Amino acid sequence: MFGLGKKDTTVFVVVIILALCAPFILNPFPGNSSLAQFNAGYPDLMQRFVIFGIFAIGFNLLFGLTGYLSFGHAAFLGAGSYAAVWMFKLLSMNVIPAILLSMIVAGLFAVVIGYVSLRRSGIYFSILTLAFAQMSYNLAYSVLTPITNGETGLQITLDDPRILGSSATADGGIPVTNLFGLEMRHFTTVDIGAWSFNFSVGYYLCAAIMILAFYVAVRIFRSPFGMMLRAIKSNQQRLYYTGLNARPYTLAVFVISGMYAGLAGGLLASMDPLAGPERMQWTASGEVVLMTILGGAGTLIGPVLGAGFIKYFENIFSKINDGVLHSWFAFLPDGLENFIVTLVHPFVGKGWHLTLGLMFMLVVIFLPGGLVEGGQRIARALRRGKSEDNGAANKASHEPAE
Amino acid sequence: MDAIILQILNGLDKGSAYALIALGLTLIFGTLGVVNFAHGALFMIGAFCAVTLNRILTLSHQVVDESRKDFLGNPLKVDVPYVNDWFGEAAGATIIDWSVPLAILFSIPVMIAIGVIMERGLIKHFYRRPHADQILVTFGLAIVLQEIIKYFYGANPIPTPAPDVFRGSFDFGVLLGFDPNVIIYPYWRLVYFAFAALIVGAVFAFLQFTTFGMVVRAGMADRETVGLLGINIDRRFTIMFGLAAAVAGLAGVMYAPINSPNYHMGMDFLVLSFVVVVVGGMGSLPGAVLAGFVLGVLESFASMNEIKTILPGIDQIIIYLVAIIILLTRPRGLMGRKGVMED
Repeated sequence: MFGLGKKDTTVFVVVIILALCAPFILNPFPGNSSLAQFNAGYPDLMQRFVIFGIFAIGFNLLFGLTGYLSFGHAAFLGAGSYAAVWMFKLLSMNVIPAILLSMIVAGLFAVVIGYVSLRRSGIYFSILTLAFAQMSYNLAYSVLTPITNGETGLQITLDDPRILGSSATADGGIPVTNLFGLEMRHFTTVDIGAWSFNFSVGYYLCAAIMILAFYVAVRIFRSPFGMMLRAIKSNQQRLYYTGLNARPYTLAVFVISGMYAGLAGGLLASMDPLAGPERMQWTASGEVVLMTILGGAGTLIGPVLGAGFIKYFENIFSKINDGVLHSWFAFLPDGLENFIVTLVHPFVGKGWHLTLGLMFMLVVIFLPGGLVEGGQRIARALRRGKSEDNGAANKASHEPAE
Repeated sequence: MDAIILQILNGLDKGSAYALIALGLTLIFGTLGVVNFAHGALFMIGAFCAVTLNRILTLSHQVVDESRKDFLGNPLKVDVPYVNDWFGEAAGATIIDWSVPLAILFSIPVMIAIGVIMERGLIKHFYRRPHADQILVTFGLAIVLQEIIKYFYGANPIPTPAPDVFRGSFDFGVLLGFDPNVIIYPYWRLVYFAFAALIVGAVFAFLQFTTFGMVVRAGMADRETVGLLGINIDRRFTIMFGLAAAVAGLAGVMYAPINSPNYHMGMDFLVLSFVVVVVGGMGSLPGAVLAGFVLGVLESFASMNEIKTILPGIDQIIIYLVAIIILLTRPRGLMGRKGVMED
């Protein structure tokens, strides 16, 4: 289907189903149950899932295929955000031109940074991208204040020109972002029994774009261009000896990856028209690295899973406080309950970063292929168990980690 | 002229911190070939060693002081640190006052222990994995260390004062024949610079003049041959890792009075220290020290108003700009050795 192989089609269909049914899947607990706080099916968070999914897919194109570890990818996300907000300020509140411009700006930015950074590889490449991103962050904070509005962040105001739109709505408010009149923040709530599901326009726009972005990424993975990138990862020297210059390929994928980041930035700004320099900080770049590695670098679906996982942790896991813990372990004797709560306390709530860091380390040490590899191993173990039952001699097929 | 001298002085203390962290990073890279993203966290832990010792020394119990009354006439309860009980009031106060320099003694065993545990427990397993994996796992470790510190000490900076003797500033201008109060420089920063110079000197002397240092240098040059000669080079490299951790920790201890320790100070310094290492040349110890001081001084020059009016914002980016130019024109760095990470 759509020029995809059989296995890729399955993955693609799974992603489509996950994305379209997210309001149901992420809302498994009825609203009146004590587990309702683990529901993630509200529009704001779902948008984050898919937007950072796009960001991670783009990062994975670069890191997963070529092995170039960029520690400055957030710079493109930030640039995209600023570009989108400027489009809202100057042109109109329609998201299409804003998203297009954010991709173009991020792409151009990536051409410049990539052209310089890609002259080196390995650790030097990481440090060069880190240096560029920190430079952009520092500049956005200080000198470029006329463009970026410094620490406050760039916002839309009532006196923006907005050539194709209106500076203010009829009742004097700031207009909201829309897609040809369809407001991004508009959503309908459907109540079924104790569950209430939110269907938001903004989320479905992001989800549609994510599906498209995922499709493009699959095609790149399977194209001759993708093969070339893998060749660069496995042995660049040998590639040079065969008379091929690797740099145009790495630059191309760097720019594509930068445009993915810009697209994510533009979408972030479309959902909430605001852009601040902290989006460019190197911790933000570190986050996308975490997402990709945690999910599984070099795999198709890994980055999306990783992004969802980390964003879920950030928003849901961080809400578990001592009260919740006490209610969970209430069935234990008091002394034991207090002991367990003290034991768990550092890892939840505000300490969720600690859990994340530990998990990340464990993944890097034991599961270099991330969650996807973990899933494959479990599946293989299960299959092996079954085949032993049957006494069949067929060996568990070793699937490539993709 | 006076402005230039002042900027050089201002750059020295930051440059000292860069140089010390970069020195440790280079030691680890030169010996073990590992890119340690957790080195900033070690610097931060050093600073928190100072905080911890300060807290331990000021542990106190309440005593009812009959001589002082509150406004209702009741005797006042006063906190008396245990050290006062043990050593007498005056000596106790001095010990608390000197908690930061005392923390040097406290931090050395702690940091060496942390370094050795880190190397034996984690880094050891990553020698044969790609550099990207080493970066990632130490990056994860840095997050974990940072969060542990945050859990115990909170997210706010903790002021840790230097001894009273070093409060105030030194009037450099008078010494050089300028008017008084033109070039003044805090005493503690002078101490920091001297301390950094001492540590750098000690590390170089250790490597240059001891048998242990000679073996380590030989191992840096050709690990395999040294191993074939029947020397257990791995154990010596482990000790070097501990030493590098101690250098970062000491840099952090002494930096605590300059900048109140907070849990993310390590990350802030780490990014810059990496840039310093790259500018100095990967694997070159003198290069790391030189680049540390040069970049520190350059940074403070760039923050002069005269320069900022010509090139706005240059103070924010000068270090990165220099690094980019160096990497592109002289990939080996200022004093990089041939054949080390030259791709």
